[in-house]
Amino acid sequence: MTERSEGHAGRAEKALPGTVVDVTAGAVGYGGRPVLRDVNMTVRAGEVVAILGANGSGKSTLVRAILGLVPVAAGGVALFGTPLRRFRQWQRIGYVPQRVGAGSGVPATVGEVVASGRLARRGLLRPASDGDRRAVGAALAAVGLLDRVRHPVATLSGGQQQRVLIARALAGEPELLVLDEPTAGVDAASQAAFAGALTDFAGSGGTVLLVAHELGPLAPVVSRAVVVHQGRIAHDGPVPRPAGHHADPDHDHVHPHAPDEHLGWLWGVR
Amino acid sequence: MSLLQYDFMLRALLGALVTGLTAPALGTYLVQRRLALIGDGIGHVALTGVGVGLLTGGSPVLTAVLAAAAGAVLVELIRERGRASGDVALALLFYGGISGGVFLVGLSADKTSANLTAYLFGSPLTTSRADLVTMCVLGAVVLGVALLLRPWLFALCQDEEYARVSGLPVRALNLLLAVTTAVTVTVAMRAVGLLLVSALMVVPVATAQQVTRGFRATMTAAMAIGVLSAAAGIWFAGTYDTAPGATIVLVAIAAFLSVAVGAGLRRAVRGRRVPGPASGGSGAVAGADQVPEEQPDVVLDR
Repeated sequence: MTERSEGHAGRAEKALPGTVVDVTAGAVGYGGRPVLRDVNMTVRAGEVVAILGANGSGKSTLVRAILGLVPVAAGGVALFGTPLRRFRQWQRIGYVPQRVGAGSGVPATVGEVVASGRLARRGLLRPASDGDRRAVGAALAAVGLLDRVRHPVATLSGGQQQRVLIARALAGEPELLVLDEPTAGVDAASQAAFAGALTDFAGSGGTVLLVAHELGPLAPVVSRAVVVHQGRIAHDGPVPRPAGHHADPDHDHVHPHAPDEHLGWLWGVR
Repeated sequence: MSLLQYDFMLRALLGALVTGLTAPALGTYLVQRRLALIGDGIGHVALTGVGVGLLTGGSPVLTAVLAAAAGAVLVELIRERGRASGDVALALLFYGGISGGVFLVGLSADKTSANLTAYLFGSPLTTSRADLVTMCVLGAVVLGVALLLRPWLFALCQDEEYARVSGLPVRALNLLLAVTTAVTVTVAMRAVGLLLVSALMVVPVATAQQVTRGFRATMTAAMAIGVLSAAAGIWFAGTYDTAPGATIVLVAIAAFLSVAVGAGLRRAVRGRRVPGPASGGSGAVAGADQVPEEQPDVVLDR
């Protein structure tokens, strides 16, 4: 727990009700090299927010700072109105990392991995309840992997492994789902299954914060995009559209720090 | 089983069985987090504890547990920082531990080389009744941790960052795992010796995971393989008068090879991929998840 970062009590306590994530003047550096500077962003309950950016822009670092996995050097992070340092209600958050952890030296079944998603709700040394087992089954069904419950995770495709991680997060019945590059290198079938699971989660009132390089099939689900460019927030508003759609009358130019060219990579233009 | 009419054989067998059961149970977690050789290093450190015990006239087992636990906690703190220089720090600790042990044993009144060899390579045939009681108590502690905390330790070893975001007491669990590793090393010291401890923590797990599909199944199978190797090794050593610790480890390795060949043949016959251990990522080493770098956007090697 040593890496938990200091919350910024002053503003965080005054956060509006319904604010799920609140980053205030956040800065993160690795070994003296600044990665994020003066980042301000909020996520309100029920929103589906995508953090977009090029490789190395700092977008993954931003979610890792929000979760307390990297310390913030300055500014503050609050989750559900509580400064990160004092935040303890981790069962309200479901985290989906980029890939299955490095600790895969011993085989593990899909069911075993997904069941660890229940631990945030299950007290230490408490046996799994029927409710725990039901939640694991429901989460596997939501990502279409119920028939794989006894399969070793390592034998699944990359996309299926990603769905296992999403099921693990869903099994904890979180209010906020945080996903780091959920669709990177994932096959089309898994992307569709994943978009479906996310749509269902958002439809039932869940809040989503996801990091992505490209939105792909997730675009219709996303309600707001935050673009990180060179460690700063370059855009916070509607999902930027591809260049061809800029002529649309309803296209909203609210990215003062980033010329449109910077967003070209989002759509594979550059 | 006429050998068992001798009390010392019976005690040797029981001690070896306790070791065969506990070492793989704890070793499954170490293999899972790719720290397979950490038990070897902790064993080195435990030798300093043995030296202190022999020198002060105290119980070598007790001082070995204390030294090994202190070493294991230090290793965990080094690992937690995830620094590149951690490797060198571990080397200092391990070689310091074994040199200190040899040095202290040399200073003690009972400085026969046979005594040192007994701790380094095991001496199950000299297991006393008191030794056996200590081994059973410590073994029960190891089994309790490994089995009762399995879901939590599994989550920790499988994905430490996820465990952190789940609100699990990651640091406390890491330290508990480190101290339990130290206790396991001390349990196994009598049967296979401090230099061979790691073999019984790793080899049965490596054997089991060639044919198992899940974590729980791997742990159960590894414990069974460990017990069978220990029993067969003691029987062989008693019958043919070979070194018991080394014989147990050789039996475990023979089991690994036969299962590997068997699994290979089965694959060849079936002509399709059989579930095996995860290939993992290239360069997926201990503590890699703590390297503070932006993750690549596309992981090509999954």
